[in-house]
Amino acid sequence: MQARALTPEEYFIEAEPYYEASGDEVVIFEAAYRNKLPILLKGPTGCGKTRFMEYMAWRLERPLITVSCHDDLTASDLVGRYLVKGGETVWVDGPLARAVRAGGICYLDEIVEARKDTMVVIHPLADDRRVLPMEKLGVLLEANQDFCLAISYNPGYQSVLKDLKQSTRQRFVALEFSYPSAALERRIVANEASIAAEMAEQLVKFAHMTRNLKGSGLDEGASTRLLVHAGKLIASGVGPVSACQSAIAQAITDDPEMLTAIQELSSSLF
Amino acid sequence: MADTIHPLTAAQIEESLETWLEIDLTFLHVDGLAAEISTLRRNEQDFLLNWIRRIATTNIEIAYQFARRATRIVMHTEQRLVEAWALHAMDSYDRVGLRLALQVIQEVERFMQLSHARASGAIFEDIRGILLNFVRGLSGRPLKLEEGDAVYTDSETLYLPAIVAKMEKQEDNFLLCKAMVAMLWAQTRFGSFRANLIDDLGAYPDPQRACQLFHLLETLRLEACLHRELPGLFREMQRLKTTLGEATLPDEWQDWARQLAQPRATVDDSLRLLSRAYAGPTPAAICYQGELRLDAIAGCLAARMAREKIRLRVKLAQLVNAPEKQPEEDASAMPTVEVTQQTDSPAELPELTLMLDDTPVSPPEDVRQLLTSIYLDWGNIPPEHLIPAGPGEYDLDVFAAQTRDPDAVWQGTYHEEGAILYPEWDFGRQHYRKNWCVMREKDVAPVFDDFTTQVKQKYSGLIKQLHRAFEAMRDENRRLRRQAHGDDIDIDALVEALADTRDGSEMDDRLFTRMHRTERNIAVIFMVDMSGSTKGWINDAERESLVLLCEALETLGDRYAIYGFSGITRKRCELYRIKQIDEPYDEAVRARISGIRPQDYTRMGFAIRHLTHLLNAVDARTKLLVTLSDGKPDDYHDGYRGPYGIEDTRKALQEAKRSGVHPFCITLDTEARGYLPHLYGAANYIVIDAAPKLPLKIADIYRRLTLS
Repeated sequence: MQARALTPEEYFIEAEPYYEASGDEVVIFEAAYRNKLPILLKGPTGCGKTRFMEYMAWRLERPLITVSCHDDLTASDLVGRYLVKGGETVWVDGPLARAVRAGGICYLDEIVEARKDTMVVIHPLADDRRVLPMEKLGVLLEANQDFCLAISYNPGYQSVLKDLKQSTRQRFVALEFSYPSAALERRIVANEASIAAEMAEQLVKFAHMTRNLKGSGLDEGASTRLLVHAGKLIASGVGPVSACQSAIAQAITDDPEMLTAIQELSSSLF
Repeated sequence: MADTIHPLTAAQIEESLETWLEIDLTFLHVDGLAAEISTLRRNEQDFLLNWIRRIATTNIEIAYQFARRATRIVMHTEQRLVEAWALHAMDSYDRVGLRLALQVIQEVERFMQLSHARASGAIFEDIRGILLNFVRGLSGRPLKLEEGDAVYTDSETLYLPAIVAKMEKQEDNFLLCKAMVAMLWAQTRFGSFRANLIDDLGAYPDPQRACQLFHLLETLRLEACLHRELPGLFREMQRLKTTLGEATLPDEWQDWARQLAQPRATVDDSLRLLSRAYAGPTPAAICYQGELRLDAIAGCLAARMAREKIRLRVKLAQLVNAPEKQPEEDASAMPTVEVTQQTDSPAELPELTLMLDDTPVSPPEDVRQLLTSIYLDWGNIPPEHLIPAGPGEYDLDVFAAQTRDPDAVWQGTYHEEGAILYPEWDFGRQHYRKNWCVMREKDVAPVFDDFTTQVKQKYSGLIKQLHRAFEAMRDENRRLRRQAHGDDIDIDALVEALADTRDGSEMDDRLFTRMHRTERNIAVIFMVDMSGSTKGWINDAERESLVLLCEALETLGDRYAIYGFSGITRKRCELYRIKQIDEPYDEAVRARISGIRPQDYTRMGFAIRHLTHLLNAVDARTKLLVTLSDGKPDDYHDGYRGPYGIEDTRKALQEAKRSGVHPFCITLDTEARGYLPHLYGAANYIVIDAAPKLPLKIADIYRRLTLS
């Protein structure tokens, strides 16, 4: 089968993504969307923020344009820039401008990683003006009525340099994500990785053990995503202890002592 | 090959021993010892003599006793274990004195728990980190792990012996330690201490025996708990028992084990069965069960229960009275607090949710931990714990983590509460002295005067110059031209490129401009000598230098901290906070700079270690530790003066470098060229020959040091 090439605004989620609501986040998101309010997702990595966005894009039948922010991401990476084509300069829209025009959901993942000048273009989009200033074109782009802005950030990494400013955060409706409750997480892992409920239960127990270690040597415990990875390996016949080692322990730390300790935990559990 | 080298003769050995053990003064007889050592192989001789020499620098009596015993065991014991034994003896000497150190040496068999000749033991120091993380990962109260004289717990700290060598293979010995730790954890997790053990067991005619039997019954119950909770570990525990050939339990015990294996069995069932077991024989203990020390548990438990009740009630009061919660409610009406448990299965720790006036509140992390700990002790959360403390009911300071006045230590009984302990390198021993330096951070008493203003006036020309020089170094964004990718088109490049294509030459693809961020990202700590020898003009020069440095660094925007160090003996190592890393350069900091006064001696190792630790917590690309000093490391008493101090400082600097901190030294000691290269390396120091020159030069030194 050939891989399909889609422009960002054509990227509709066609099949319903598997998502288990842990609270009233779906209702709140829909209400915010109807009222044209931007949304801030908070929570540790791998707890379902991106899956939630996919699910909402599917529910609302809007294209989802995701931008993963990094520390070199500038405003023009979002808005657009001139390129040279055959001796002429041509304007090319960035992903944010495309979403604004097409009325898509623009999801800026890990927003604090981006350079500070990106905030300047987000702010007017995130309040009731809903316009995107395109400085180089000299225009203000008014947002399509279906457009929605969502950003995510992980308060866990908080260093002084990577905090979200009040002026930014106070424009958003905030949804907090955390690891799902044990029962829900068991269901998610069993469902996503197609493994037996008992195995999913053990994996969730293991995840809790690593989460207990947060702060005493680990920056972050095992996320639900990692559990699903381990579950998938187990479903393909990998032994649980090695699956946990490769999919979870090695993914969360490089410290040899901590790796051994986690290995001991998993070999005790299975 | 060690064996091909000839063994040393008795005479050669005797000569060395005579020197090291100072027999002129101690009158020890070493001839027999030398003869005995001379029969060993050369590599064993070298190993042994090396250790005797190293121990003798700490204490001669220990070295002598070590030599007498080690000669006999070195042939059939791993050198690794002998080493651990020697170090443990020296640690005991450091910690509790000669008598107990000699006891360690004399009770070598007990210390090593040896039962296999040539056993490959698990050494506590090596496995501590792994097992600590292991036990932290298991649910429940955060436990501590320490070295002790046996396997036991006081319900907060788990103790393991220094070496476990019951099994033949090293991995089995590790496994045995892991099983011991898990068993001790299970005691705290599955409520072994929820009964009043001292009274219940004391009611038997022979409490000692009752305790043993009870411990065995409890171990059976906990084994079943571990079987449910950690089946993998349980399998390995069974294997350990088989390997050691432990006898199976008598029939009636098998039956009791089945009863205790019920998921609902508690410590009360063990106590109930004890009355029947007491009549019968005492089966042998299981290899990983350890000891049950009721006194240790009782003391710890009672103190914790009282403490945690108060803490919880105070925390609840803070939660309830949090101003943003219910501002309109009048404070006298105390809301009711309840805890709901989300599971009733005994195998799982309940997820505890607080109910404040019928609205569920997910408790903050510290409260959640408190609730868990209380739940483990009581088996539930007693309702009287949930009454928020009334105003003034408790003085929380008494129970809060102690941040006492560091000077109060020296009034009344000496204690090490609130201090941080640092190791120190003993070059004679070629090993660290553990927890040797008792370090405390203190504030410099601020002096609000016009010192800084005067300095600024005195050096006004220099300061202007500094501002200019440092401003030029500040990171500024530059627009890079002719880039392959970028935010904007470089019109000049484009015009040229178009002309080139008309020309028939190849078109350049670097047509964009890009904003480039140059970030200095430097964090620096200045470590200022506050020893007594700086009294007078050196102290003035130091203070003036700090003012000028601060002026320069404020222009530059680097993150910086200033600490003064001084000490008198290892028990009183003090770091004086002058400016912390993210503290603004304000009136208080200026007053503290003005208030720097000479104190005691120049013990340096602890200061370097602590400041390295602080620097490593800062998120910066380049980390600098700049020492301002006027002389060699030196301290009163315990032999810090001379090579010991220099070697300890060198070791601390090596540790700093290894962790990614760049040390640098600015000194006023003109003889420093003799020892500083040894400490800091050939290029990482600068000698200033007269104190008045220091303020003039220091900012420039820093500028050159950090120039990219």
